[in-house]
Amino acid sequence: MSFLDDFIMRAILAGIGLALAAAPLGCFVVWRRMAYFGDATAHAAILGVALSLTFSVSVFAGVLVVSLVMALTVSSLSGRDFAMDTMLGVLAHSALAFGLVAASFLVGVRIDLMAYLFGDILAVMPADLAVIWGGAAVVIGLVVWRWSSLLTATLNTDLAYAEGVDPKREQLVLTFALAIVVAVAIKVVGALLITAMLIIPAATARSFSRTPEIMALLAAGIGAGAVISGVRASYHFDTPTGPTIVCVTALLFVTSISLTGLARRSSQKKGA
Amino acid sequence: MTLFNMTDVTVRLGGATILGNVTMSMEAGEIVTIVGPNGSGKSTLLRVLVGALAPNTGQLTKRDGLRIGYVPQRLQLDPTLPMTVTRMLRLRRKVGRPEIDAALSRAGIPELAKRQMSALSGGQFQRVMLARALLGSPELLILDEATAGLDQRGTAAFYQQIERVRTELGCGVLMVSHDLHVVMSASDRVICLNGHICCQGAPSHVASAPEYRALFGEGTKGALALYAHHHTHSHTTEAAE
Repeated sequence: MSFLDDFIMRAILAGIGLALAAAPLGCFVVWRRMAYFGDATAHAAILGVALSLTFSVSVFAGVLVVSLVMALTVSSLSGRDFAMDTMLGVLAHSALAFGLVAASFLVGVRIDLMAYLFGDILAVMPADLAVIWGGAAVVIGLVVWRWSSLLTATLNTDLAYAEGVDPKREQLVLTFALAIVVAVAIKVVGALLITAMLIIPAATARSFSRTPEIMALLAAGIGAGAVISGVRASYHFDTPTGPTIVCVTALLFVTSISLTGLARRSSQKKGA
Repeated sequence: MTLFNMTDVTVRLGGATILGNVTMSMEAGEIVTIVGPNGSGKSTLLRVLVGALAPNTGQLTKRDGLRIGYVPQRLQLDPTLPMTVTRMLRLRRKVGRPEIDAALSRAGIPELAKRQMSALSGGQFQRVMLARALLGSPELLILDEATAGLDQRGTAAFYQQIERVRTELGCGVLMVSHDLHVVMSASDRVICLNGHICCQGAPSHVASAPEYRALFGEGTKGALALYAHHHTHSHTTEAAE
């Protein structure tokens, strides 16, 4: 009997895998103001689920492909006639709507939409764990490998060109990593809460960080901690697990900004 | 020794000709300033030089392995991105503490190594970017409106720093600026740009050239031109920045 036989343990491991991959990528989503971009990619996942069930391919592969197509579409559309947030708003919500409609056409297969919208982390099997940790390893490897180029491209595109970094290539790296995270996360927190796992731990880490590296590492720790306490809390209170994890990250975020606010006020008093 | 040669470079963006048949070159150790009204293609010219933009027609040849240090215009760090000055300097290069301290002193800010970028004033921020560019021992230093947002004293101090850097490192300096009166006196050569090169030469020559006066008015050595950026006249093309 291995420790993987315990569904709680599998849930925690799956969540930690996602948290570790989402942390560094989430930092870039925050720094580059790509939150809506994350939403559009994540919402496309539902369409990916419907298509994979229609053609009987693995959900992971289907979601990965559709999310990647969506992310590339969004990337190529930026800089066109519409303001980017309008464009992303259109894409994110149409992807979700088309996905839900497509899923309703599926006859013979009864799919549990809730599981894909909000995740079904307690149903994670050892094979899923392999996919999640494999995907997480690819994302972490990619981000670590491109780290300084990604940061330079984030600072300023002209500066990046001057220093031999192609910002378009780095954007592609992020796009690809984002699609993998979405595919990995669909089983854990579901399509609607993926962006939360990207953004909230990173935003929470911000106030305690002096450098980008510290922020990414702290975000990973915060995300992993939220997964562990979230899974336990959901077991204890009998609440849905994915949303409970996100609730914990949100509480940590509120705590972090309150602490920063208090620290600032006390330092101002000292200064006065 | 020639740093780069630009021949008949034309850039069109969205149907508008931003730069038309620009031909220029620079020698090592030279300080060249580009002046011109808003939308005259100054930044575009620099973007072509650093490789951020490919010209539609024309040729740009840089000396083999030319090391360029680039200080961009008004770089905005997103407030969510934590960054110390030291980390900023180490972003693209593995450099030790002594090199960092030397670059910061050369840029005139030896005491700022541990500060957060977000806590710096505009002038300090630009000096960090200068220090960062200096770390690569550039042969050509390119500054795009590096003093935008600085007051007169800050601007003057910044240009004195640039002249010192040029003397110490012997690098060529190419600047774009609005601060005509300060810049003119600090430059070896001034290029007056308005979609094309209107006139160029020594600062005194350009200041008295009719093309320059037509663009910037009759102010003494262009000092009044600081307040006349937006005026247009028959010389203006449909250029946009």
